[in-house]
Amino acid sequence: MRPFRYQHAPDIGSAVSALAEAPEAAYLAGGTNLVDLMKLEVAVPDLLVDVRELTSDRIEAHPDFVRIGAAVTNSALAADPVIRRRFPMLSQAVLSGASGQLRNLATTGGNLLQRTRCPYFQDLNTPCNKREPGTGCSAREGFQRDHAILGASEACIATHPSDMAVALAALDAVVNTEGPRGPRAIPLVDLHRLPGDEPERDTVLEHGELITSVDVPQLDFATNSRYRKARDRASFAFALVSVAAAVDTADGVVRDVRLALGGVAHKPWRATDAEAALRGAEASVEEFRRAADAELAGARPLPGNEFKIPLARNMIVGVLSELSGVPR
Amino acid sequence: MTATTSIIGAPVDRIDGAEKVRGAALYAAEHPVDQPVHAFPLQAEITRGRITGIDPAEAMSEPGVIAVLTHENAPELASAQDAELAILQSPEIAFHGQLIGAVLAESVEAARRAAQLVHVGYEQQAHDVDLHPARPDLVKPELVNGGFRTDTAEGDVDAALASAAVVVDEVYTTPQEHNNPLEPHATIASWTDGDLTLYDSTQGVHWVRESIAAVFGLDQQRIHVVCPHVGGGFGAKGVPHAHVVLAAMAARLVAPRPVKLVLTRQQMFTIVGYRTGTLQRLRLGSDAAGRLTAISHDAVSQTSRIKEFVEQTAVPTRTMYAAPNRRTTHRVAELDVPVPSWMRAPGECPGMFGLEVAVDEMAIACGLDPVEFRIRNEPDTDPSTGRPFSSRNLVACLREGAQRFGWAQRDPAPRSGRDGRWLVGTGVASSTYPVFSMPGTRATIRARPDGRYRVLIGAADLGTGAWTALTQIAADALGVEMSEIQLSIGDTDLPYASGAGGSTGITCWGSAIVDAARRLRAQLPNGEPIPDEGIEVTGTLPDNPYAGQMAMHSFGAQFAEVRVHADTGEVRVPRMLGIFAAGRMVNAKTARSQLLGGMTMGLSMALHEHSVVDPRYGHVVNHDFAGYHIATNADIGEIEVDWIDEHDPYVNPMGTKGIGELGIVGTAAAIANAAHHATGIRVRDLPITLDRFLT
Amino acid sequence: MDTEITLVVDGVEHSLVVDTRTTVLDALRERLGITSPKKGCDQGQCGACTLLLGDRRVNSCLMLAVAYDGANLRTADGLADADMHPLQRAFIEHDAFQCGYCTPGQVVSAVGMMQEMREGEPSAVTADAAELSDEVRERMSGNLCRCGAYANMIPAIVEVAQR
Repeated sequence: MRPFRYQHAPDIGSAVSALAEAPEAAYLAGGTNLVDLMKLEVAVPDLLVDVRELTSDRIEAHPDFVRIGAAVTNSALAADPVIRRRFPMLSQAVLSGASGQLRNLATTGGNLLQRTRCPYFQDLNTPCNKREPGTGCSAREGFQRDHAILGASEACIATHPSDMAVALAALDAVVNTEGPRGPRAIPLVDLHRLPGDEPERDTVLEHGELITSVDVPQLDFATNSRYRKARDRASFAFALVSVAAAVDTADGVVRDVRLALGGVAHKPWRATDAEAALRGAEASVEEFRRAADAELAGARPLPGNEFKIPLARNMIVGVLSELSGVPR
Repeated sequence: MTATTSIIGAPVDRIDGAEKVRGAALYAAEHPVDQPVHAFPLQAEITRGRITGIDPAEAMSEPGVIAVLTHENAPELASAQDAELAILQSPEIAFHGQLIGAVLAESVEAARRAAQLVHVGYEQQAHDVDLHPARPDLVKPELVNGGFRTDTAEGDVDAALASAAVVVDEVYTTPQEHNNPLEPHATIASWTDGDLTLYDSTQGVHWVRESIAAVFGLDQQRIHVVCPHVGGGFGAKGVPHAHVVLAAMAARLVAPRPVKLVLTRQQMFTIVGYRTGTLQRLRLGSDAAGRLTAISHDAVSQTSRIKEFVEQTAVPTRTMYAAPNRRTTHRVAELDVPVPSWMRAPGECPGMFGLEVAVDEMAIACGLDPVEFRIRNEPDTDPSTGRPFSSRNLVACLREGAQRFGWAQRDPAPRSGRDGRWLVGTGVASSTYPVFSMPGTRATIRARPDGRYRVLIGAADLGTGAWTALTQIAADALGVEMSEIQLSIGDTDLPYASGAGGSTGITCWGSAIVDAARRLRAQLPNGEPIPDEGIEVTGTLPDNPYAGQMAMHSFGAQFAEVRVHADTGEVRVPRMLGIFAAGRMVNAKTARSQLLGGMTMGLSMALHEHSVVDPRYGHVVNHDFAGYHIATNADIGEIEVDWIDEHDPYVNPMGTKGIGELGIVGTAAAIANAAHHATGIRVRDLPITLDRFLT
Repeated sequence: MDTEITLVVDGVEHSLVVDTRTTVLDALRERLGITSPKKGCDQGQCGACTLLLGDRRVNSCLMLAVAYDGANLRTADGLADADMHPLQRAFIEHDAFQCGYCTPGQVVSAVGMMQEMREGEPSAVTADAAELSDEVRERMSGNLCRCGAYANMIPAIVEVAQR
């Protein structure tokens, strides 16, 4: 770890100014990803501003939305009765990530900003455009099992590791921030970027912009939602593919649907093509498969991750069938 | 002293249990030493070539840094015979991540940071890390690990295969795997007046002393190695690896201050050995009645160009099943890779994956039940030597296991079991492990007139339960309660003991203790009381008069239920059963745990473990616990373990055979066979991941 | 950059000077000589360093000590005032460990986990798990054991959790 200064800020404004003055500074919340990356010297901040006590650690339920403070821990979020009742898939997504002890430290804001688990990104001895722009992508010709099949670029095929963010993407969540240019609200699906030729930028946040809370708009049929994750162990592993879905069916027809995929792209992947194909369609295995294929038509797999296409397709069909009561 | 036998076999709680559940048992890096200097290794960033220059200036200017050790200032070693240990003697680089030095600092943080500031220039050469069966440069080694013959041949395999009613001819592979004990390798080294003290995490303190004495050209008596507790090893701590030499070199630079060196998890993927990947071609021929007429097993593995280690993959095939024609071969690719070494059941573990899956395929091809097929091919004597078995209860294990597992109800048709979206199948495989003996172990007993006994032996407990089992053996041999025994292990000040390896620990150490107790009784032939000054006797591991006359092996049968998800291909193992025949069990509780632990690691091997090598860089890409998966608690279902009551008077006076490795052998094959039964898909390459079943 | 902090470990207050880079785990092991929590991976991937922060289980290898000035921490060595925590006794009875290196973290994690269950916090399998043992398997999956003692830990933990 490189030496760094550590400080508390009295309020959000001072924290934002502290970072604005220090181009290499970073915020510290749960630290479960940042501290690891600092040990590996993948992250090399010269100043850490501790923000754990600056943002809210409460979940506020309003009739038309729920506001989750950025400092709410993953375990508190997953256990919250309102979240469990109104957005079961969000609780399930959080619980499917990491371990009990990590979820006790990790925060909502930090979870969104965790960095890819691509092994080349985490290894200073291998080229990586995300860690060191212009050096090349080692994964493209290397180990690709965990990597992207959708929206990747020549420069980067990394995936975003968050489970929580996939459920939030499906739920049209909005991320509230405070930054050097004041507050703003960013739709979660726009928070994370596709890599393009600037894979070093994970999100659209400016330096010093702090996530203060996440709003999840009310969606009545989200009570009928589910997060399904497939991985290489039964627990405590990142997703190969995950599916977050909420479905509203009536008389055997899909009235509305929310669908997002994890483990397949540089960002939580909102499956808009599949959603479009599903709205108004018959709730049947055939239609679900057609919708999945529509979404995956744009997939560009590599030899090491081709299996994610049938995996994602089968999981979409499986989750939609379950939520719609369609027998298999 | 009257002999009692009730202590042997009893399910006694671990005597070190109370310390371990509190975290009070001391592991290598935890021994309190005064003002330790922390060392962080420097590793080669290229795969083959040489160092052209090292600039430590920036590292030295980092606050807290004391020294930078490199080949330019390292002490010259007395012996370079073991090229793995002869580090820092030249600028040559033989594999990615090879140790090229260390930073010494006042804190862990400073040492690790400064390691990034040592600037090393390299001249790179083309490297080759590709293990491939078609390589024209495969080498035939003189012997394979364990001292076994490289090749064997009996009868005419090719003719037998040509005339066989049924033939199976397939290639099976197991990937490179890493031992990954939870306790990272660690050494605290200090020099005082030319004497070296090592607190080292090792499976054998005397083996460390022998190796390090040779490397530094020291009299063995000048080296003191201490290791009361080991946080797992599974072979990776069997012999000292290069980091022990590095710690001792570093300590010389700052003597008399001690140096503490703890490897990171990532470094353990390069420095402390691993199980080579194996490529195995199995050819089996059978007659129409399901009797094997030919068995051929050709194994290829890799070793490092600087030091030969050849996994004895095909060796178990020499003993398992009867067949008049048999051929086994081993070839090895010498590559620019780290030095492979022992990992739990080297040889048997990967080799029995190939053989036992091939046997399953053959049983199905013959239309026979796989349990019945194995029983039908049971040999009368050891097929490779013609010697009688000292005891062999594979058939009893298969029968008992089949009965308990409910095998008779099994529909043999693949894809015949289903529970919702899960395809359900069951499979079986055999286990085996040889009974080895290692020479030289001695044990001392000091008897006191108050009826208490000190038992002294340089043995190791890496979780095997040796602290407890050896105390039981001593109490039994002396005819006293366990509470009268005070055991000391894990220190070179104690009598010489061979290391914990090859499942020999309890057998070798226990036999020496039994021999010492016999000598003690001989000094008091009429049951005289122990004299006031006490008595000290030293026993040795006796020669086995049956060695070379009988074939001595443990056996077992493993059964697994596997579920494969129809949508995702996810694989689960909700139920396993292992029935073993391994001689006498000293402690029913810890013995069960050993076998259970082996089966659990076997499940982990079956489903998860794979050290992925990137041929461009020559390193293991997934070098941490997030990338290299070992089984979590959620991966493990119900596991039942039991054994056949087996009395073998030939292996040693206690009748023990060793159980540390037997449990892992065959597990992966049982799971692969069950996965085939569940899905109809035959996986011949480990690990069995979900993508194998996706359509 | 050195900072003076206070940590309360197993009820005992310690003042110490740490580098900002020092983790809670290294502060305990290297500065205070408290070696009950273990270092298995130093990356939050094995759970051997698990401590209770208040009554919540956490990975001490990922916590910067400067950020936990004044924290109240508990290790496996301080779970019971005297003798042993019932879970520790159950671990011994069921032989729920072998080498013992992951064990303090397992024990602390199990104590934290039982508290989480008592408070009604769900796990990833709560909706589907028919058996308490399946709940415990999932909830204990942040603690790796290479010796393979999981199948003995489950009955040990279930037995205590059901009391």
